[in-house]
Amino acid sequence: MKASAEFIKSFFISLWFMLLTFPILVIRVNTIEKVVEWRWRNMAFIGIGSFLLSFVWRWLLSRKEKGRQPAETGNVETLPLGRRLLAEPRIYRPALTALALFTIAFPLLFSSYQTNIMTTALIYVMLGLGLNIVVGLAGLLDLGYVAFYAVGAYSYALLNHHFGLGFWAILPVGGLLGALFGILLGFPVLRLRGDYLAIVTLGFGEIIRLILENWNAFSFGPSGIANISRPGLFGISMTLNEATIYIYYLMVALCLFTIFVVNRLQDSRIGRAWIALREDEVACQAMGIDKTRTKLTAFALGATWAGMVGVIFAAKTTFINPACFTFMESAMILSIVVLGGMGSIAGVILGALILILTPEYLRAFSAYRMLLFGTAMVLMMVFRPQGIVTNIRRVYRYGTKGKESRPAQA
Amino acid sequence: MSSGPRFDMDYFLELAIGGLTRGSIYALIALGYTMVYGIIELINFAHGEIYMIGAFTALIVASVLTMNGMTGVSVLILASVVAVLYAAAYGFTVEKIAYKPLRQAPRLSPLISAIGMSIFLQNYVLIAQTSDFLPFPNLLPVLPFMEPYSHIMGSTELIIVLTTALATAALTFFIKFTKLGKAMRATAQDRHMAMLVGVNVNRVISNTFIVGSALAAIGGVLIASHIGRINFSIGFITGIKAFTAAVLGGIGSIPGAVLGGLVLGWTESFATGYVSSDYEDVFAFCLLVLILIFRPAGILGRSSVQKV
Amino acid sequence: MDSVLTVNSLTMNFGGLRAIDSVDLEVRQEQIVALIGPNGSGKTTFSNCLTGIYEPTEGDIFISPTPGGRRRINGIKINRIAEMGIARTFQNIRLFSNMTVLENVMIGRHCRAKAGVLGAVLRGRKTRREEQEIVDRSYEILVRTGLADQADEPAKNLPYGAQRRLEIARALATEPFLLLLDEPAAGMNPRETDELEELIVRIRDEAKISILMIEHDMRMVMSLSNRIIVLDYGEKIAEGTAAQIWENPDVIKAYLGEDFHGDA
Repeated sequence: MKASAEFIKSFFISLWFMLLTFPILVIRVNTIEKVVEWRWRNMAFIGIGSFLLSFVWRWLLSRKEKGRQPAETGNVETLPLGRRLLAEPRIYRPALTALALFTIAFPLLFSSYQTNIMTTALIYVMLGLGLNIVVGLAGLLDLGYVAFYAVGAYSYALLNHHFGLGFWAILPVGGLLGALFGILLGFPVLRLRGDYLAIVTLGFGEIIRLILENWNAFSFGPSGIANISRPGLFGISMTLNEATIYIYYLMVALCLFTIFVVNRLQDSRIGRAWIALREDEVACQAMGIDKTRTKLTAFALGATWAGMVGVIFAAKTTFINPACFTFMESAMILSIVVLGGMGSIAGVILGALILILTPEYLRAFSAYRMLLFGTAMVLMMVFRPQGIVTNIRRVYRYGTKGKESRPAQA
Repeated sequence: MSSGPRFDMDYFLELAIGGLTRGSIYALIALGYTMVYGIIELINFAHGEIYMIGAFTALIVASVLTMNGMTGVSVLILASVVAVLYAAAYGFTVEKIAYKPLRQAPRLSPLISAIGMSIFLQNYVLIAQTSDFLPFPNLLPVLPFMEPYSHIMGSTELIIVLTTALATAALTFFIKFTKLGKAMRATAQDRHMAMLVGVNVNRVISNTFIVGSALAAIGGVLIASHIGRINFSIGFITGIKAFTAAVLGGIGSIPGAVLGGLVLGWTESFATGYVSSDYEDVFAFCLLVLILIFRPAGILGRSSVQKV
Repeated sequence: MDSVLTVNSLTMNFGGLRAIDSVDLEVRQEQIVALIGPNGSGKTTFSNCLTGIYEPTEGDIFISPTPGGRRRINGIKINRIAEMGIARTFQNIRLFSNMTVLENVMIGRHCRAKAGVLGAVLRGRKTRREEQEIVDRSYEILVRTGLADQADEPAKNLPYGAQRRLEIARALATEPFLLLLDEPAAGMNPRETDELEELIVRIRDEAKISILMIEHDMRMVMSLSNRIIVLDYGEKIAEGTAAQIWENPDVIKAYLGEDFHGDA
């Protein structure tokens, strides 16, 4: 297209968006004082912004179209530079060591406020990795993931409140209860088509939250439960600062454990079955894979993780109420998985860190946090559905019997 | 609860009318879901937000007009027209940005994009306007002849029910008899085939979003007048309930959406009236979960045979 | 020779529509049986009944994976039937397109392995041995089907003919006694068809697997099949050897207008 035509097109797009956002962005009525506030500046921003962005949008779309063609003609896709660098042991070994040292030294280098934020980010890393099993690997869109998180958090809060049970005793219980709920819900709904499954899980998540909000005798209603015990360490009493650091290390350990488990799962018979199920259900069944059981395993495992993280969350914040477990929480975890790259461990970790830390450290963004999440989901789906980090299939060692297979995935 | 030991007929009627009113609104929004799903098999998650934006636009226009001294039915008509136009424009734009580039993508991609769009629109209104509930002026006129029945059915309720009936009738006529309506039905049946016989499928899809969004805006104006206050998050719950209504009736079917809306409205109304008002939303969600598990094809829908 | 598959008066209705009307069929050990018929004659419906995707309205399907071990499989779930030893390919290729060629075949080995979640996480000696066996056996099948060179390619990058062969390889990995090929030569060029023909014969002779083939390519059907069954409008109108079918007037009538003797 000629440059002038592009220009005119963008001009009309910018005009359209100025008109479109006019009532909501420009006018603000104060119904009590009966004044109308006209914010013409916003219209100027939208005009200029949409004019420029429309060029970027078209450029990205055309790039995506071009990118699709070589894949169709069967050309070999070359690995991006970043991945080639990471495949080189001379580079990834020191990088990994530096990362590990940084992670260990973090609470010593930064204040307990920072450590707390990092712990929150790690909680989302773990939630993301758990949801990644369900959405990324098995391709089941679970919009009620937060329900299992709530199950874990409430089981710790309530058992701690009524019976004084400790963190370590409840951590596995929370996981098991999560799994139990996962199986109870999953059994009837997993035969549903993908989009219906998404809605049913969303409905289930909301039901759990509404019950927690209204069943005062059981859950203490909207006011929630306070004074939940922090995790203990052989009965040593800790100051608040020490406890923060302790929970940080605990979270690091649990994240490593999660990475280990998910990594092994996705390179196993079960993990392959999940991916195959995501690709083609009928063909998968025709190869002898039990659809319901395979899906249920993924669903229950995801729920187990949410349950465990729920316990940690309750222990970290020492206060929970139903408002912690809204649909927006599920949406946030989902956007972490989507942004990072479905099925990719490194991607999900990166996605969680970006989406949780950016609004924390760039204060200007914090009001736009959910706006960013929404935008990220749309843009990722449109331009880069595979996420930031593409999941590359493992390469197996074959033909030479007895040798270990070599994983090629970062 | 006002019902005595004996069966209270007035209370029952009040609940029935309440359910009918509520159900009418659900039906108006459900029509948008059902039309979009019928054509591109997408749960348009952002549809509830379109309804919310419709209500907000009406509120803003009505407030500006009243502050400038306008009163009466003209405010209602102007505000509604602007709200309908804007909702339609938003629906059109959302489709172009978030769904059109994903026509060839795997099924879950547009759904995730729709969820993202829904979150975006909610927060867009939250940031641009306010997080507080805004009082919504009752724009609907008070009909004097309804006065004697006001303990059972007020004029607002009557107007809501009549408007819904009118809108549904108009939509049915539009789909049955106009050229665009026929193109929509053809596209819903077989998109590829429709394309081969010369239907401009992209335009049909755009128009479906426009019509569905316009109906949602009508619903938005009506319910906001009825309840009297709105905020940025009203679209989420109502959107899900309207989707429930669409599934309940059989997604893709227009009479189904209306029937589903009414069934859902009555379920909510009677359940909150006779069982417990604390769990109002739980009833709707339970109905949603149960219908999807036991009869995903809905009341009027037919189950389809798996294609291999 | 013993029969491995016996179908007695199979009938399948969709609502008021009768897609298959009491069809009998038998496949004996190490035979290649072809099911032919014009478009819409019920061939694919028949194969879907056989593999558990549809439950037949009437009639019986018996299988005998081992001599004497006869079993009725009506209405058994798809994956159980695959486990029992009927493997299939699909008319419209249904590969796991983002997985590698090797992994596609490894999925076929799924039902012959056991490792569960715990095994996967702990990855003990038993699991590792099982994994390696899955890899080795799958690779072996790729060698036999001539796909070994592309083992690490994503399945979607394969050329069309190779994708069809990969479907067969994947089916073979389930260790079937009966292989059901749904239009395996569709869309292939003559050279690819020749290679396919040779592969099918090898599967029968080397792996001792019986084959039920639904096919349009008459040349291939005539040269490979021990027996041919002709369907028209859901009814069986003829059965016999290639020569008998060739001369059957009913068959010629059913195919009239189609290019029946065309490329022979």
